[in-house]
Amino acid sequence: MTRLSQRSSRSPAQDGGAAARPGGPRGLGAVVARWNALPMLARHGAAALAAFLGIVLLTSATDSLADLRIASVGFSMLAVAGLGLLVGMSGQISLGHGAFMFIGAYTMALLVIHQPAFPLWFNLLLSIAVSCVAGVLVGAATARLHGPYLAGATLALAVGLPALALRFPEFLGGSNGLSFTTRGAPPGLAELVPATRWQAWGVWLAVLLALVVLANIGNGRLGRRMRAIRDDETAAALAGLRVGRIKVLAFVISAGCGGLAGALQAYLLGTATPSTFGVALSLTLLAVLVLGGLGSLWGALWGALALVYIEVWGDELAHALALDTDVANNLPIVLYGVLLIAIVLIWPGGIHGALRHLGSRLRPRS
Amino acid sequence: MNTRSPVLAAALAATLLLSSCAGAGEVDDAADADLDVAPGVTDDSVLIGTHQPLTGPAAPGYSQISAGAGAVFDYINDNGGIHGREIVYHVEDDAYDPTNTVEVTQDLVHREEIFAMVGGLGTPTHSKVVDFLNREGVPDLFVSSGALMWNQPDEYPLTYGYQVDYTREAKIQGEYIKENFPDADVGYLHQADDVGSDSQAGLDQYLKDQVVTVEAYESGQDDIGAQVEALDDAGAELVVCSCVPSYVAMMILEAQRIDFDPQFVVSSIGGDTITLSGLLEEFTKDTDAEGVPADALLDDLITTGYLPQVEQEEDPWIELFTEIHGEYIEDVVFSNTTIYGMAQAAKFAQVLEAAGQDLTRQTLIDALGENEFSGPGLVPFSTADDDHAGFIGAYISRFQTGEEPEILQEVRVTDNGDGPIEEFELDRPGPDEVAPFAGLD
Repeated sequence: MTRLSQRSSRSPAQDGGAAARPGGPRGLGAVVARWNALPMLARHGAAALAAFLGIVLLTSATDSLADLRIASVGFSMLAVAGLGLLVGMSGQISLGHGAFMFIGAYTMALLVIHQPAFPLWFNLLLSIAVSCVAGVLVGAATARLHGPYLAGATLALAVGLPALALRFPEFLGGSNGLSFTTRGAPPGLAELVPATRWQAWGVWLAVLLALVVLANIGNGRLGRRMRAIRDDETAAALAGLRVGRIKVLAFVISAGCGGLAGALQAYLLGTATPSTFGVALSLTLLAVLVLGGLGSLWGALWGALALVYIEVWGDELAHALALDTDVANNLPIVLYGVLLIAIVLIWPGGIHGALRHLGSRLRPRS
Repeated sequence: MNTRSPVLAAALAATLLLSSCAGAGEVDDAADADLDVAPGVTDDSVLIGTHQPLTGPAAPGYSQISAGAGAVFDYINDNGGIHGREIVYHVEDDAYDPTNTVEVTQDLVHREEIFAMVGGLGTPTHSKVVDFLNREGVPDLFVSSGALMWNQPDEYPLTYGYQVDYTREAKIQGEYIKENFPDADVGYLHQADDVGSDSQAGLDQYLKDQVVTVEAYESGQDDIGAQVEALDDAGAELVVCSCVPSYVAMMILEAQRIDFDPQFVVSSIGGDTITLSGLLEEFTKDTDAEGVPADALLDDLITTGYLPQVEQEEDPWIELFTEIHGEYIEDVVFSNTTIYGMAQAAKFAQVLEAAGQDLTRQTLIDALGENEFSGPGLVPFSTADDDHAGFIGAYISRFQTGEEPEILQEVRVTDNGDGPIEEFELDRPGPDEVAPFAGLD
């Protein structure tokens, strides 16, 4: 990894020459070739490890509020990426993604409260399992639906599911939700690493592992099949693909990601409250997915950054301009809306599409 | 970065994975935080923070609380502050969303480095940060909620309640109804969370035999027609409403619409008649009921309270608050909710004064334990080491348009269990007898 980054810092002209030599041991081209020759899982794993290292380095320089926000970017990115797989790759729409986050968060909360001895990784796996089961049920029920009908059915999920907490106040805490405390760093490290930072690392590690799985699915056979179904369902069926099964599978994977994201949120914030998982969350996830760029994990990252930081920046801007409270309170929403409209109008491919466009312009044509 | 970096990252990842083998919910009892510190305190200022719903569903009505508190702090600062220190009051908006509360509280504690949290508002919201504040050693004073959980000195040694808790208040209501309406069929209408369950626990101690129906609404619901009709069908002659203002207003309008005319008894959280009358005007706009004077709808409403009310113009504290309101926040409506914030701020100022010149978190907590802080409330206030209740009783009054509220029953105090309810004669000093207000002007 380090060698790669050292070499890639050389000027493109120099490397271009080296790459021209077939089998040349030096230069960017050779490294890229060797890199591409690695199995996909190894490549994605290495990238995830590098990203994790980046997160650790980044958080070692930030305060605990920034750590909290960085971790929020993590779980939001996973939720958006899961939705991206469903919408961008399999061509289904879901207005109810927040409901799976709700399931994950409450599974986590209930496990921590009632089974405090269960380890975190086990809780996370169980949360994924529970939301996958929910995904199977929802996916199977909605696999025949298209477009607005599917949107309507999933919207009902987003509206209805959080009401469960109100229906069973004894068990799910009613509208006040559940609150609990989770462990920070182990005793030996607790002096060095504040709890929030430790939790941010835990969140990102889980997120990156899940993203490796997502990236492999996206670039593998299943991803190709999903795209085939998205582009032409009839043709895909004629080619021998089991359309219904693959669509449900896409739903389940996306539900699992949503559930894990919700569980990580609950772990990070120590709370699960129905009002957090309302319709607004589901719609926001979809909006930032479009904002970031459909069909790429990078898009999910930009979307998650926008989700977390636009509000922060809006608040800071309002603070700096000393605006009236009524204006200040609405500034982040306005900012967000304007950005969304502008991006979609100018670059329909979202932020990632814009960056790619920019990148291809900068690259010398040869 | 050296070549060992990937190894390091992998090792760290492995440590994380391994350490996640210990129970996620097994939290060690952290050693008590060091309280002999004074973050946010300088020779000429002290920084305090709060989380309030300035936007979102709970903002109408509740946003006046921090405005009122801010005005009192401004007044104190303009008169020299406390022990020469200016009070810097940092209000964060959490929009009544617990997720935001967690974030803004972290911001207040770690980035702003507040000395203390004062009057954090809401049960769903504040319950998510009460652990954090106690762990970090941040004094958590006068939570703006009537939940029972703030008064747990063993578990939350730094958290102190403020308003009378729902169970105490309901016991006093229950006893009053039993004594004065012994034959009435009683219906409850309450919010389906701890407000409802804690209130019912108190009411049932006295009214078990008189209750004909219990109806609940969810916070966030936008119609309670079905509940009001159920109360009517059950033949309730008296309805106890343990509700926030918007649902009290909805209930009154709905009852009027179906010609259901019971005696309404409303607890203090929904009993601010000025806020209610504003809501009624807003709700009746563009409907058949438009133009019906809102106050007429509220006539004879029985409410409980522990603070003086806006209409009690003779009250020395109301006089002071009226003056402060006129000077600092004239554009904010002067309601009992505003008074709530002002009284809370005044209370905190008293505590800060008592903590003395050498201010640390420990001296603040000591001051709370050693003193009784009488006034502006009409009810005794407990900040004893083993009882962090805040106000421990209530009086009962009846609203009448254009007049001072009629006091139906003087202050009585009780506990939140099944203890007796007792009359109490409070020695209540005016602002000119209480530091720091006595020294001002």
